[in-house]
Amino acid sequence: MSALHELSLREAAARVRRREVSSVDLVRASLARIQAVEAKVDAFLTVGGDAALAAAADVDRRVAAGEDCGPLAGVPVGVKDMISTAGIRTTAGSKILEHFVPSYDATVTARLKKAGAVVVGKLNCDEFAMGSSNENSAYKPARNPWAGDRVPGGSSGGSGASVAALQCHASLGTDTGGSIRLPAAYCGVVGLKPTYGRVSRYGVIAYASSLDQVGPLARDVADAAVMLEAIAGHDPRDSTSSPRPVPAYLSQLEGGVRGLRLGLPREYFVEGMQPEVEAAVREAVRVLEELGAKIEPVSLPHTEHAIATYYLVATAEASANLARYDGVRYGLRTPAKALGEMYDTSRAAGFGAEVKRRIMLGTYALSAGYYDAYYLKAQQVRTLIRRDFDEALKHCHGLVTPVAPTTAFRLGEKTDDPLTMYLSDILTISVNLAGLPGLVVPCGVDRGGLPIGLQVIGRPFDESTVLRIGAAYEGATDWHRRRAPL
Amino acid sequence: MSAHPDIEAVIGLEVHAELLTRAKIFCGCSAAFGGQPNTNVCPICLGMPGVLPVLNRRVVEFAIRAGLATACRIAERSRFARKNYFYPDLPKGYQITQYELPICIGGQIEILLDGDTRKIGLTRIHMEEDTGKNIHDAHGDASLVDFNRSGVPLLEIVSEPEMRTVEEAGAYLRTLRSILQYLEICDGNMEEGSFRCDANVSVRPRGTAALGTKVEVKNMNSFRAVEKAIAFEIVRQSEALRTGEKLRQETRLWDADREETRPMRSKEQAHDYRYFPEPDLLPLVVPEAWVDEVRRAMPELPARRRDRYVRAYGLSPYDADVLTQRKDVADYFEAGLADGAPAKEMANWVMTELLRIVREEKLDDALVIRDWPISAAQLAKLVCLVQAGTINRNTAKGLIPRLRGTATDPEELVRAEGLGQVSDVGALEAAVADVIAKHPAQVAEFRSGKDRVVGFLVGQVMKATKGKGNPQLVQEVLRKALT
Amino acid sequence: MYRGLGYSTPVAITREEVERVAALARLRLEPAEVERLTADLGHILDAFTRLGQLDTTGVEPTAHVEVLDAPLRADEVTNPPAGDEALANAPARDGRRFRVPKIIE
Repeated sequence: MSALHELSLREAAARVRRREVSSVDLVRASLARIQAVEAKVDAFLTVGGDAALAAAADVDRRVAAGEDCGPLAGVPVGVKDMISTAGIRTTAGSKILEHFVPSYDATVTARLKKAGAVVVGKLNCDEFAMGSSNENSAYKPARNPWAGDRVPGGSSGGSGASVAALQCHASLGTDTGGSIRLPAAYCGVVGLKPTYGRVSRYGVIAYASSLDQVGPLARDVADAAVMLEAIAGHDPRDSTSSPRPVPAYLSQLEGGVRGLRLGLPREYFVEGMQPEVEAAVREAVRVLEELGAKIEPVSLPHTEHAIATYYLVATAEASANLARYDGVRYGLRTPAKALGEMYDTSRAAGFGAEVKRRIMLGTYALSAGYYDAYYLKAQQVRTLIRRDFDEALKHCHGLVTPVAPTTAFRLGEKTDDPLTMYLSDILTISVNLAGLPGLVVPCGVDRGGLPIGLQVIGRPFDESTVLRIGAAYEGATDWHRRRAPL
Repeated sequence: MSAHPDIEAVIGLEVHAELLTRAKIFCGCSAAFGGQPNTNVCPICLGMPGVLPVLNRRVVEFAIRAGLATACRIAERSRFARKNYFYPDLPKGYQITQYELPICIGGQIEILLDGDTRKIGLTRIHMEEDTGKNIHDAHGDASLVDFNRSGVPLLEIVSEPEMRTVEEAGAYLRTLRSILQYLEICDGNMEEGSFRCDANVSVRPRGTAALGTKVEVKNMNSFRAVEKAIAFEIVRQSEALRTGEKLRQETRLWDADREETRPMRSKEQAHDYRYFPEPDLLPLVVPEAWVDEVRRAMPELPARRRDRYVRAYGLSPYDADVLTQRKDVADYFEAGLADGAPAKEMANWVMTELLRIVREEKLDDALVIRDWPISAAQLAKLVCLVQAGTINRNTAKGLIPRLRGTATDPEELVRAEGLGQVSDVGALEAAVADVIAKHPAQVAEFRSGKDRVVGFLVGQVMKATKGKGNPQLVQEVLRKALT
Repeated sequence: MYRGLGYSTPVAITREEVERVAALARLRLEPAEVERLTADLGHILDAFTRLGQLDTTGVEPTAHVEVLDAPLRADEVTNPPAGDEALANAPARDGRRFRVPKIIE
């Protein structure tokens, strides 16, 4: 019999519904597991403790009274610290919000609670979601459960590590340039970045407004589907959220891949890829072919411009989004005799080096004399990148690619040169620029035992097909069942 | 009038008008003025982490109204933008405004000056959010910030630099305010800050086309201040032009105490606002159908109404202008006409008696006057009674305060108290004879050539008739009796 | 392509420009930071020069990914007056107002 914390999200919820297990027990198990392995992963910035137990007790009361508490009833989940949770400290992984407690829930938080989930803690991340390894967290780096000297990926490093370490049954992350998908790949779990506009951004601390999306990380595709169903859908408080109805993703996983055409973009098999990564991905493609998918070569010719485009658009938007952290109404304020000094020193003290770098880059890209050459140009190239995808996805139902050129690298390996770090995002970034859905499922390990991920990119708002492809692949393989040796 | 006849002033005005919506532009907080500090606030208008704006449709409706009233082109697609700078009253560190694609483009405002009409062009009208308010604390070493006003919707109305004199600028400003009040989208209160004006002033040698160095003038808190500030600037700049002194392109503040403009001390005058399209808001689409709907609901605008009064009622342009500056006054006037009052006389009574009381009691502070000192029906009746000779002017004037707050028909009152004018020549002759007998000295003075003393004698006859004597007849009868 | 995004000669972003941008962004930088950022930003911007070489004549900049019109809300007051939560995270306050060091005009 598996320990409670080892149950899948669906199985845990089912047992609560059948009253075989209490939510309090699930939460206790989760908290115990967190305590047991946290020193090895550092996935959490805040652990819920009493509040989580109280919420669990409440679910138990209502279940006992015969109420339907929702598809996630009683299940412990983790929430990335970029996402507001009323009454619970929300830091964005930054010192500038070290003591910030919002009075409001993000819409996704409220929806998780409405589906019955119990938020068991806030997850570690790169500061303001800026990073690919969680090493930019102002508090502590998170670590890969598969190897303690390796990064878990970023920026949702805590979200990936906590799920892989079985500290919670699923988590929410955010993805602006790959921040759900990269940790999912490095940590050997399932991660989904939905189509831009599929999930509300209200209450999610903004990094890049036109790229940010919230998505689930989970132990398998079905769990991810349940999470997505709970959080997706129109939100009148987010003007960019789509009014399209939300399909019943969980019930649509079974279709298989027979007859689907899957594109293989040649630009994504990059020079200098770790050979095992390429091999694992190509093997995964072969499995999909065996299952009945038709694989076709496609080209996304503007891929080489994606990094520059991303780092101009995202940093420009971020430079404005982070202007509100000025020490006036909340957040860190350093003592100063005059206002200007207050701004300059508070922000200097509160923001880490990477955040400063991106604010500077973004401010420069927007400033007088440079707007046309940088920001405007980048937004135009973004259109070209989108058109590449539109073209490829006219004929194909989805695209399959690797997630990163390598498996998880060592802590400290890439922190010297920012540009090197930026290149980790090369295979995920375009998907955000095009606003498309992207799913990652584990598809192998390298000789060191480090997980390798497979990315499935879909048509806009076609999460159903993407999840179906992932589910079919899972059905024929075992990678998602492997457990980190903690 | 500029300081030198050979120098021409070029003036443009930028007005920020606070809109009378119930809620703020991007959140569901109340947009009402006042209240305890930081109570009409929420995470959105406080700029908390993670919040997002959602546009209030009535702000768009008001913008369309303003655009139609000023003959602008209403853009079918317009966009919001971020204007980035740091200030304590700006919670997000950027203001959501419109930059490259505003909702209204072009347009004009017709002003009436010295009997002539002129059209002043508009560059654009756009929507944006207001900031909070800073006040200095009592000890002067800190500022205190209240965000009640943060997120209140504004329309920014930018004129072309087509005004040439202080008078034109004043007329433009008054006309614009009147239009916004007619549309009931702004209460136009400069002192309270719901209607703000910045001026751009430059000068050039008359007859040249190139624009001189532009100076922006801010901090003018009343119409008079705007006029004085512009006048001051024109003089200052004209002097510089004349002496060949180089003018700096700068922002200057009007100092109401010293009655001069001074440069802003901040060294960051030239802001780099780094405008870019607001990613949290989608492009605004205003279909033709919506514009038509707004157009159908528009009231007749002041200029049209003024012209109609001149044509239909034969009023002078000046009188028509006074009557149509406020919609509620014009509505009152027409209600009186509907009750049968003749136009010129009604106009006269409204302008001299009614508006005097309205101004004295500051009833015109309200956007729409509802409690008039006398109803339109009652005033119309008084006018008719005077016109018919039933009562004289003074009697009518005296009845106004007595009718206040009542629904009494003035005619009833006149009848009941016997206030009718005495026009019976016989009765008047008797009264005149009596007065002549009682005041031989004044009579002698009159007969010796002092015509003025007839006023005293008329007054005595009026007293004798308890004020009801027909003034014209009294004069006639008296003069006849004196010769 | 992965390795091809290296840089040759860094773009000239000067110290002065870095200081100007830091002032706009209200960040007080130590001299060492200014130096580091001048180098970093220079390298990054240089890597972006290839972007400038792309022909984008007539290409609309992406403003939003899904083509939708702005949703609008009704003009209704839906928020009750705020209580203490508005100021709960304030670093400094004076009654119901936020307190900041004086603004030097």
